[in-house]
Amino acid sequence: MRYLPHTDEEIASMLTVVGAKSLDDLFSAVPPSCRRTGGMTLPEPLNEWDLNRHMAGLSSTVAAAPEYKVYAGAGSYEHYIPQVVPYLLSRSEFVTSYTPYQPEMSQGTLQAIYEYQTLSARLLGLEVSNASMYDGASALAEALLMALRVTRKRRIAVSSLIHPHFRRVVQTYLAPTEYEIVELPYLPDGRTDLSSLRNLKDLAALAVQSPNFFGVIEDLKGAADQAHNQGALLVTTFTEPLAYGIVKSPGSLGADIASGEGQSLGIPQSFGGPGLGIFATRMSHVRNMPGRLVGKTVDAEGRQGFVLTLATREQHIRREKATSNICTNNSLCAVAATMYMACLGASGIRELSQLNHDKAEYLKNRLRSAGCKISFASPTFNEFVVEMPPGFEKKYSRLLAEKIVAGVSLETYYPKLKNHHLFCVTETKSKQDMDLLVKEIVS
Amino acid sequence: MKEISELQFPNDYLYAKDHEWAKPEGDKVRVGISDYAQDQLGDIVFVELPQVGTRRTKGDQFGTVESVKAVSELYMPVGGEVLSVNKTIEESPELVNKQPYESGWMVEIKLSDPGELKGLMNRDAYLGFLKGLKP
Repeated sequence: MRYLPHTDEEIASMLTVVGAKSLDDLFSAVPPSCRRTGGMTLPEPLNEWDLNRHMAGLSSTVAAAPEYKVYAGAGSYEHYIPQVVPYLLSRSEFVTSYTPYQPEMSQGTLQAIYEYQTLSARLLGLEVSNASMYDGASALAEALLMALRVTRKRRIAVSSLIHPHFRRVVQTYLAPTEYEIVELPYLPDGRTDLSSLRNLKDLAALAVQSPNFFGVIEDLKGAADQAHNQGALLVTTFTEPLAYGIVKSPGSLGADIASGEGQSLGIPQSFGGPGLGIFATRMSHVRNMPGRLVGKTVDAEGRQGFVLTLATREQHIRREKATSNICTNNSLCAVAATMYMACLGASGIRELSQLNHDKAEYLKNRLRSAGCKISFASPTFNEFVVEMPPGFEKKYSRLLAEKIVAGVSLETYYPKLKNHHLFCVTETKSKQDMDLLVKEIVS
Repeated sequence: MKEISELQFPNDYLYAKDHEWAKPEGDKVRVGISDYAQDQLGDIVFVELPQVGTRRTKGDQFGTVESVKAVSELYMPVGGEVLSVNKTIEESPELVNKQPYESGWMVEIKLSDPGELKGLMNRDAYLGFLKGLKP
């Protein structure tokens, strides 16, 4: 499908048909306070070579892998993407894979989404996954709204170790509602403090991220037991689904909904987006699940076919009573994740997951031996927090000049954690890279 | 869909404009949807029922009924406390299509104001109402 802007003649003929004198006349229903007055101060248009130079200039201001050795994760992860993924993804059938409005015409797209659902549900240890959502943050917010629908209660408890951006999106979703969000503090070992949970009445959901923002693996089993004791759902989130190659899946530990970010699974970091919202739950809750769902069936002649199912609960049919205002999915990113997961296979994901963990442990141990303080004692996956000596900012800038990004400062999000840096190590870092980093840090 | 003359509307039931029926049995009222409603909806695949013990007033939503075509709200024909729900239709929602007045019933309500029954239609009034809907 091509995108072509309207010509002045086309606009004029359409205005005549609807009986509007001008575009301003057409938009007269929009209150004046919401309309822009005066022209827009945009730069002059550029020709193609000048535009390319401009974009190259912008991109040179960004410290991106592989030119830089990036030890920053915090929600966006540098993983090697096998060549087969971008190659297959560039096929025009997939590139134009917006969920079609005559869905059953597009059996290939539906089958790809169906495979995505199967692989995601398996990775998370749950029974059903939707066709995907925008990103991890909106998937978490939708999961909490779903828990409120399922339990018909009005309070949710959110761990303070959920990605700070995810928590902000949850706040935005819930601010106009009568529901209440309670933030749970964290313990000295880097896990969520659940001790205040039992005092919370009318609890619809407990939301926990694992591995959490500090990279620490949470006790999801314990969290599930506590939530279920109070008649609440356990909603888990994640930013690094690759962890579930070796860490027990949220579903197997009692999560009722698992919703998080799937960028790790074959999607480039791209300066922070687009992402992939993965959303899975138990079959008993399927009718309260937001988004779309592809099912497999047989036609009148017994041939296999794929269909959109449970669409009667989506907003184009049920309007304001829909389970969600999201009536689409991130197809291209979901298809990329499908290809990535299928390409690695179960054993590949396990091996890659182990490699991430082992490499991160290597750097953690080297830094510890070099005299750095590892802030939290609990087990981690491919990220961990290190307390740096005061005045580390200067060294951080020097390392940046040498094209090394030495983690993410946590002070911005957790003001008490001065000089604490979150480090991430994926398969892309070699032993030499890490030895160099440690040498530079202690020098 | 059937003609109205082909549909069943028992005499001892009362009917609401939203197509629920109510059948008083002592101080209890049993509630379901009419033959017309199930016929309009088509094959029913899921019924969502309220929690026992909750209270609702006349006109409040008490659940949803989902067919292959649409999801529709269920409204209380009279107000009161939900005494019991028909668990059988959660497993076998097709009973609502097959026997809307018997095994396809939905909830039993403890009536809070018996006067509200007077606001419902008898068989003849409901038939007249349906004919007004369907030219």
